Amino acid sequence: MTDFPRILTGRMTDHPTDSHTMARYEATGGYKALRRGLGMDPADIVAIVKASSIRGRGGAGFPTGVKWGFLAQTTPRYLVINGDESEPGTFKDRQLLERDPHQLVEGVILSAYALRCSHAFIYIRGEYPKPARRVQHAVDDAYAKGYLGRDILGSGFDLEVTVHLGAGAYICGEETAMLNSLEGRRGEPRIKPPFPAVEGLYAKPTIVNNVETISNIPWMVLNGGDAYAAIGPQGSMGTRLFSLSGHVNRPGNYEIVMGMTWRQFIDDLGGGMRRGRALKTWIPGGASAPWFVPHEHLDLPVTIDDTGRAGSMLGSGAVVVMDETTNVVAAAHRVVKFFAHESCGQCTPCREGCDWLERILWRILNGHGRPVDLDMMLDVCDNISPGLRWPPAQTTICPLAPSAVSPIRSILTWFRPEVEAMIPGDRPADGRTYVEGALVG
Amino acid sequence: MADRPTEVRITIDGAQHTVAAGKYLIEAAEETGTYIPRFCWHPRMKPVGMCRMCLVEIEGPRGRLLTTSCTTIVTEGMVVDTASDVVAKAQEGVLEFLLINHPLDCPVCDRGGECPLQDQTMSHGPGESRFVEAKRHFEKPIPISDLVLLDRERCILCARCTRFADEIAGDPLIEFKERGNVTQVLTFPDEPFASYFSGNTVQICPVGALTAKPYRFRARPWDLEAVESVSLVDTVHSKISIQASQNQAVRINAIDNDPTNHGWLSDKDRFIFDYLGSEERLTVPLIRHEGELVEATWGEAITLVAERLGAVPGDAVGAIGGANATNEEAYLWGKFLRTVVGTPHLDAQLGDGLAPELLVGVTPRGVIDDLERARTILLWAGDLKEELPVLYLRVRRAATILGATLIVVHPRRTGLHDVAAHTVTYRPGDGPDVLRKLMGAQGGLAAARAALDQGPVVAIVGRTGGAEDPRLAEAVAAFAAGLPEATILPLVRRSNVYGALDMGLSPRLLPGRVSLEDEEARTALEAAWGRPVPAGPGRDATGILQGLASGELDVLLLHGADPMRDHPDPKLAAAAFDTARLVVSFDQFVSDSSHLADVVFPVEGFAESEGTVTNLEGRVQKVNRLLNGPGQTRPSAAALDDLASAMGVDLGAGSTEAIGKELATVAPAYRGISWDLLDWGDGRRGVVVPTADGEQRLRHTPVDPGLIAGGERFALHLGRVLYDDGVRTRMSPALAGLRPEPFVALTSRDASSLACGPGDQVRVEGAYGSVVLPVVIDQTLAEGTVYVPANLEGTAGLGAPASVRITPARGEGDES
Repeated sequence: MTDFPRILTGRMTDHPTDSHTMARYEATGGYKALRRGLGMDPADIVAIVKASSIRGRGGAGFPTGVKWGFLAQTTPRYLVINGDESEPGTFKDRQLLERDPHQLVEGVILSAYALRCSHAFIYIRGEYPKPARRVQHAVDDAYAKGYLGRDILGSGFDLEVTVHLGAGAYICGEETAMLNSLEGRRGEPRIKPPFPAVEGLYAKPTIVNNVETISNIPWMVLNGGDAYAAIGPQGSMGTRLFSLSGHVNRPGNYEIVMGMTWRQFIDDLGGGMRRGRALKTWIPGGASAPWFVPHEHLDLPVTIDDTGRAGSMLGSGAVVVMDETTNVVAAAHRVVKFFAHESCGQCTPCREGCDWLERILWRILNGHGRPVDLDMMLDVCDNISPGLRWPPAQTTICPLAPSAVSPIRSILTWFRPEVEAMIPGDRPADGRTYVEGALVG
Repeated sequence: MADRPTEVRITIDGAQHTVAAGKYLIEAAEETGTYIPRFCWHPRMKPVGMCRMCLVEIEGPRGRLLTTSCTTIVTEGMVVDTASDVVAKAQEGVLEFLLINHPLDCPVCDRGGECPLQDQTMSHGPGESRFVEAKRHFEKPIPISDLVLLDRERCILCARCTRFADEIAGDPLIEFKERGNVTQVLTFPDEPFASYFSGNTVQICPVGALTAKPYRFRARPWDLEAVESVSLVDTVHSKISIQASQNQAVRINAIDNDPTNHGWLSDKDRFIFDYLGSEERLTVPLIRHEGELVEATWGEAITLVAERLGAVPGDAVGAIGGANATNEEAYLWGKFLRTVVGTPHLDAQLGDGLAPELLVGVTPRGVIDDLERARTILLWAGDLKEELPVLYLRVRRAATILGATLIVVHPRRTGLHDVAAHTVTYRPGDGPDVLRKLMGAQGGLAAARAALDQGPVVAIVGRTGGAEDPRLAEAVAAFAAGLPEATILPLVRRSNVYGALDMGLSPRLLPGRVSLEDEEARTALEAAWGRPVPAGPGRDATGILQGLASGELDVLLLHGADPMRDHPDPKLAAAAFDTARLVVSFDQFVSDSSHLADVVFPVEGFAESEGTVTNLEGRVQKVNRLLNGPGQTRPSAAALDDLASAMGVDLGAGSTEAIGKELATVAPAYRGISWDLLDWGDGRRGVVVPTADGEQRLRHTPVDPGLIAGGERFALHLGRVLYDDGVRTRMSPALAGLRPEPFVALTSRDASSLACGPGDQVRVEGAYGSVVLPVVIDQTLAEGTVYVPANLEGTAGLGAPASVRITPARGEGDES
């Protein structure tokens, strides 16, 4: 499918130099949706979003309209935009924030109007200074134009928008950790229930939505929810922005209609494998997702549900492709090390387990692996994510630690002989191992 | 609002139970006999679900899910499995995770032998570790305050200590730092964990990460002998376990008593025990010989005192003290004074308290637990954080967690200002005016007055400082009595002073909350005692000192009292000691007063004597004996019995329990109280008198204070601090160093009007004496108020005048 509206990236593609400015945004139809939306009943906008069937683009893929329906109707209530894009391999929201910030701001105003919130927060990861500046400019311009503040365009609707920069923690992308961070507390996920829609920011009802999700709202208001739902296959409607990286010829962000096969995705969008090498494995939806392999998954359709049924997820839309030269233990180690580093430290299995797994992998990588390590790693993984099921169960508060399980389970499912080959054969029978020069165990 | 069910039915491991609605599953299961292992869960704090040890399987629409039982509230029909293979594996896994980086230095760890991590590893752990990497290392241990050390390697990051500091104590001085595998508990830079409650974190730490300096390496838990008792540091009477090794007290832990301390203690309660074994303790009787106190035998001392006492008329004798004694000792002291000596001049207070009728006779008198139900709390008393720290915790809990509206009236910022809805700061002499304005909802007090219309109201009334007119508290209590569903807690802080007053150690009271003017009761008492009871009128402590100074009285008897230091007028006390013909003191240390005595008897005290005590609510609890007093110390009751015999009277004192039985028949409010009642079952929580069997005839009659504001320029606020120069604090090494340097605090405007600034030495002069102190600026004071911390080295000489003059003291040293 090549003929579809570039809902998210059309403006930045057509006007690469100034798509982020108010002038260009308005010249290309910007803030028209706002005028139309403010003339509608808030419930009508909620109905549009429900009809669009859009599923959240942050990772979990929960239907946005359904989530909005959970918002408790007490005041004050808040809308928080999750721009803490930090899942390794994901760089799509960055482009939306940096290149079309007004589209997001217009989406925020419309969403806040629909949800009848009078204060919205845009939380942007600390490593995104330029996107944050652009968004702040867009917000300032919107205030100057009367699109934000009191009595927006004479509608009687008031909205304040606060742009907030994170301080460099992956976990603050988890919605409740983000709320803690916004409140000035440690970025630690909260126990759910209560869910944010009931008790969120400052213990008030709160909707948390991803940047990409909300960037679609102006188009929906102008074109209708049904028009959005008409794009793409059942369950994965609308266009979606994917971040493709790794050993392909053309890495980058691609706005596509879902439903193509992974083979088409890698070959047609990515331009095939770099230097003509063979595809070994790929991560279909960010570092948290279990890996796919060519002989099992190459002809599966790229949809949320097909990916889920095959034991992984589209997640944040980050596709990381690895070719035949990849040392899968090194790759898995890098991912696990990321999660160990980003663990908030609050619950035991994550704080202790992720670090332990990382160190076992490091030992194997450095030639000090023991035969018992492989099954032991799986058992440690099982103590983090009991049953090693998909979607994962967890002994933890949030899914960060089960995310660290994904790469280990993947390499031991698809590449076990390769991992075993890294275990030296001449280990003493007692399985003793030297670590950092010291005999331990 | 729809009726909420009060009970729900749940199934735990196949067995059906009916449990109270609203409980967390971990509590409900424990109440039905299923113990779910835990580290971070603490029944007195909000759950955080961090350690993950309490995972259980709960059946839900999506099948059986592992869920933390400490964060799950029971619901009707809940089906729980606490022992499935999945649960057991998850719990084993959590323990393995907790242990991989734990140093396992149990042989040298204070916690070893009483460690939840050890115990639950035994009961729920995997039995072996598969971890072969090097363990995580931190510098260990690091002091986080003067009393507490932190070993981050042992820490399992349960957040009990950090939550306690923030949620319960209101001193958020420790927090998690870093994240992930290097997460650690730490203080903020250059800010120690200087909390009056730091010791509680040591007790609730589920491992040996937090250790207390006074206990470190002093004993192994299995070698400790322990008794249940109550803390006598103040009048809350928190329940404690006193623990000793080889007749040396080494540790005091809190026991969770629901009506009083909720499992918490102040650091003063917890770390004061070292005075018991102090080298300075009196161990032999002392007799003044050629101007010096010299050692004597008990026989010599008893004979001497019996002769001298027998030679003066009874009403020439005044007696001060008894507030540090048990009820039994206090009762016997009163009986001795009234029947053997024959004097009506006796007082357990030292002119620094409140009217005895208010303290034990006010109606409607409240209990601490009224705070759990209070909608509005009026606190017009001392700074609770300094004076009664555990009561501070209970008030703070009411104002923060339970949502009560707190009104604080005090001459300066107190520890509860942060959580108060209304605060009133006033110049001490202006108290009556503030009260009139509050009653009339005038000026800025309309909102506070309106809040007081929302009952139930708990009014906590006392003297805000040692220089304030005690009648103000009576007037506040009279106002509070008329508020909706009001109960009143009249406050003083000295040890067992409520018990002593209940035992009649007052010139106006007889044992059992009976007025001395109650002729019928006095006649009944004479019949019971078989000897005449002087009708009075008796003199109070100030009257006794005045009588001695003027020559109307000849003899002063002291029972654990130090009027030289504690009476508001040190000049008067000095004059009294100067002219007294005989001073006899029953004491544990050579205090400023016993230093001037003619005979000093060394007596046993806290942890050395058994008996009952009565707290600020009128709650009677048992104190128990763990240690033998040092040297030749004896129970004061035994000494009095001998003294009475030497004077030819049989005081009838048998065992302490026999005295307890006698007082329960003689003191009407104590009818029905017995050691059996207090030693077993619910009675261990204490029993508030009068019980159903008892009666209280005493009623406090509200007085019109008719107070006049102080005429001098500066009104004195003589406020107490927790660590003061009290003899037990001074003699406890752990606490002695925590006493603040003395100072005088003024507002910056008052300071500049006197042309002095911070650090300048000024002379503070009042009616009873003067001291030279450095100036500190305190903007929370009302203009015209001078704050001096009471009873510190260098401030005691000031006494407690209502107002003071301040002059520059250039070139003058510290003197009084």
